[in-house]
Amino acid sequence: MAAVDFLGTRSLSRSFGGLIAVDGVDLSLRRGEIRAVIGPNGAGKTTLVGMICGRIRPSSGTILFAGEDITRLPPWHRVARGIVYTFQITSVFRNLSCFDNVALAVQRRLLRGAGLLGGVERSRLDKAVFAVLDRVGLSDRAFGRAGALAYGHQRLLELGMGLALEPTLLILDEPTQGLSEDEIVGFCAIVRALAKDMTVLLIEHNMDVVMELAERITVMNNGRILAEGSPEEITANAAVQEAYLGS
Amino acid sequence: MTGGKVQAMAKSSAGRVAVLHVGLIALMFLLQFVLPQYHHTNLARIMVLACYAIGYNLLLGYTGLLSLGHAMFFAVGLYATGLGVAQFGLDPLSGFLAGPLAGCALAVIVGLVALRTSGVAFMIVTLMFSQTGFLLILYFGDFTRGDEGFVVAEGLRRLAIGGMTIDLAAPAVRYNLALALFGACLFVSWAVLRSSIGRVFVAIRENEERTRLLGYDTWRYKLLALALSGTMSGAAGGAYALLFAYVGATFASIQYSIYPLLWVLLGGAGTTLGPFLGTLLMFYLIDIASGLLPGYLIVVGAVLILLTLWFPKGIVGSLRARWLTWLP
Amino acid sequence: MSFGPHLLLALLEGSVSAFVLALTALGLALVFGVMRIVNVAHGEFFMLGAVLAAALAGLFDLPPAIGFALALLLSPILVGAIALVADRLILRRLAYEPEATIVATIGLLFILQQSVLSLYGPDARSVAAPIDFRIQFPWFGYSGYKLIVAALAGVLLMAVWYGLKKTKLGLVMRATQLDSEMAQAFGIPVQRVYALVFALGAMLAGVAGVLIVPIRQAHYLMGLDPLLLSFAVVIIGGLGSLRGALMAAFIIGLSDGVISVFFSPTLAKILATLAVALVLVFKPAGLFGGRAQ
Repeated sequence: MAAVDFLGTRSLSRSFGGLIAVDGVDLSLRRGEIRAVIGPNGAGKTTLVGMICGRIRPSSGTILFAGEDITRLPPWHRVARGIVYTFQITSVFRNLSCFDNVALAVQRRLLRGAGLLGGVERSRLDKAVFAVLDRVGLSDRAFGRAGALAYGHQRLLELGMGLALEPTLLILDEPTQGLSEDEIVGFCAIVRALAKDMTVLLIEHNMDVVMELAERITVMNNGRILAEGSPEEITANAAVQEAYLGS
Repeated sequence: MTGGKVQAMAKSSAGRVAVLHVGLIALMFLLQFVLPQYHHTNLARIMVLACYAIGYNLLLGYTGLLSLGHAMFFAVGLYATGLGVAQFGLDPLSGFLAGPLAGCALAVIVGLVALRTSGVAFMIVTLMFSQTGFLLILYFGDFTRGDEGFVVAEGLRRLAIGGMTIDLAAPAVRYNLALALFGACLFVSWAVLRSSIGRVFVAIRENEERTRLLGYDTWRYKLLALALSGTMSGAAGGAYALLFAYVGATFASIQYSIYPLLWVLLGGAGTTLGPFLGTLLMFYLIDIASGLLPGYLIVVGAVLILLTLWFPKGIVGSLRARWLTWLP
Repeated sequence: MSFGPHLLLALLEGSVSAFVLALTALGLALVFGVMRIVNVAHGEFFMLGAVLAAALAGLFDLPPAIGFALALLLSPILVGAIALVADRLILRRLAYEPEATIVATIGLLFILQQSVLSLYGPDARSVAAPIDFRIQFPWFGYSGYKLIVAALAGVLLMAVWYGLKKTKLGLVMRATQLDSEMAQAFGIPVQRVYALVFALGAMLAGVAGVLIVPIRQAHYLMGLDPLLLSFAVVIIGGLGSLRGALMAAFIIGLSDGVISVFFSPTLAKILATLAVALVLVFKPAGLFGGRAQ
């Protein structure tokens, strides 16, 4: 490896009983890049990012983030370090208002270092929450129930919650699934703007979005990395064509 | 949306909430002057027990953890204060403080072990720990007087403040102290709900994994919730010993673990006023039933089943869901 | 009496309770194993078995053996019927959701217990044993009926075991336990299996209650101890494992008997209760469990 990786996994593996979901993956991300991870269903993409964000414990291997070994670090500490994951299946708090959803994320950031019993001053919280809601365009729905939102808006809320935590590594798991064409265009614009401030790791099936956003692409198949490279290199890659793109 | 509109919305809703809660306290204060003696005593008892219910609600209603063993926290407060005053010669004030302290300590100890489980397992573990506590009280019956219990003598229940002696057995004193404790617990529950901590509690109830991935160490928050709940339950127990003078093993039995669950479910879990309403209603329901048939606690069973089948939100919870969405 | 004979007495007592406990706990284990719910009212089915037996035996002026046989036959059937009603009216409507079911069965506990208090009264009533003889050991005489109880319980346990392993019904139950959705896809009427299992579980507890009545008295509060001990058996034995439950029943029954005789019944209960909590926290699969049966 050349310079210090921003994020690096070494022989990262995870098996469930007899099934090997992720098999010895070495992934490295450079700071500030937009990386797309693609591959057929069951390739191990979600499991891989699950291990990176701390949802899933690896069976073996290590994860290094900004020079620190975070393999054993619980998920809430990884969030504090800047690794933020947005769920594949929308996981907003359906019974709470949009405001409360974002407030949970915002107060987490504002309370950093304050300990268990810390509090956040109300007006400061309000300002920060509305800043995020403005950024994803949900301000006028702030006090409605999150579960009542249209699917596309729930995805935006999910994204907003992630942004509120001020990530340095934002992991998006199939973010455009279920969105309309217009919504996808809007989404891509938001991500392109975000990428100026953070590294983005994106799992996607929509190849248009991948080609539009990604600077580099990692192709996974059967738990392993099949190929890695720029969008042009990947489209030209025969093995990738056969396994995934061609059909 | 501007900050101004946010402020306006928050203010009107907060205003109504404040009026409602302060109004309830004021109503309870005024009632003491018109109530006949029987109901006067009942309400004092109900207010102390409502503090137990409010403590239980902190855990069930806000954090979503269903405990079947809360009697151990009420009882540890009851016995800490009761034995403290009757056996160890503590003055009533220190004796009372022993209640919430004991409740907090026990809650933390139990939490360190029990919070490794969740859901049904947590229910059974808390049930078993509480039953152990009950049996220990019986086992050390020589010291605790076991099932029979003991009375905290009237002479011990006098508070000396600046030359004046306040007799805790006097109905007026008892009622107002109960009211003061109730008001304090109500205020604390409301304050917790509004705070950053309260927001995390509710998030844990709604979706614990998501909350973890938003950066919260949920185990620590659950322990905090349990500690707060135990403290409040212990305070209720301690107050009960001082104000109603009787300390006995019944208060540590499974029955007294089921009661707060019943009261909170009936009134509405996750609401501030639900616990009090549930305690009030069940007290009188049981009171009426006790005159009708020997097995009068059957109403407990009937209400529990009706609630699980048709009214899981309870009274205030249903009101909040349907019409009064601003209710905390 | 010196230590040796004292120990023998304790072991005899412990064995009798172990058999009865095994029968009771088997009912709870079956219900949890197949339906995945915890029935907090399980002890009340035991109590109902005992109380109904006492009521039936005292109904006509029959010789003890016949009165008892009548009770042994009818009482479990009545208990099963009550269980079926509870399942139909309450549990099925809750879709067997675990937490709601626990709260509802707590309600059922109160209803059953307090109904018995109202209808049967607070007094403990006894029933004469069907056969009254003593087995004479060198140091003490022991009730022959108690040994018959153990034998009968043992026979019933074997019958249930056989039923589960060898009959089609048993197969259906085990299939439903392993995967209720799959079972449904294969045309197994899951709702009916659940109703049947719930009734069977209650009947096992009921039979245990009938057997115990000539030894102890029938009383409306007698369901709590069997409930807690059954919990201990099922959890320590490993949720879902019948074999584990049986092993745990014997260990718990025997140690309960021994500790009760040599120390105190309260201490025995304290240890059992604590053991359940600690096992559930630190070894949730139980001490003997592992794979579900």
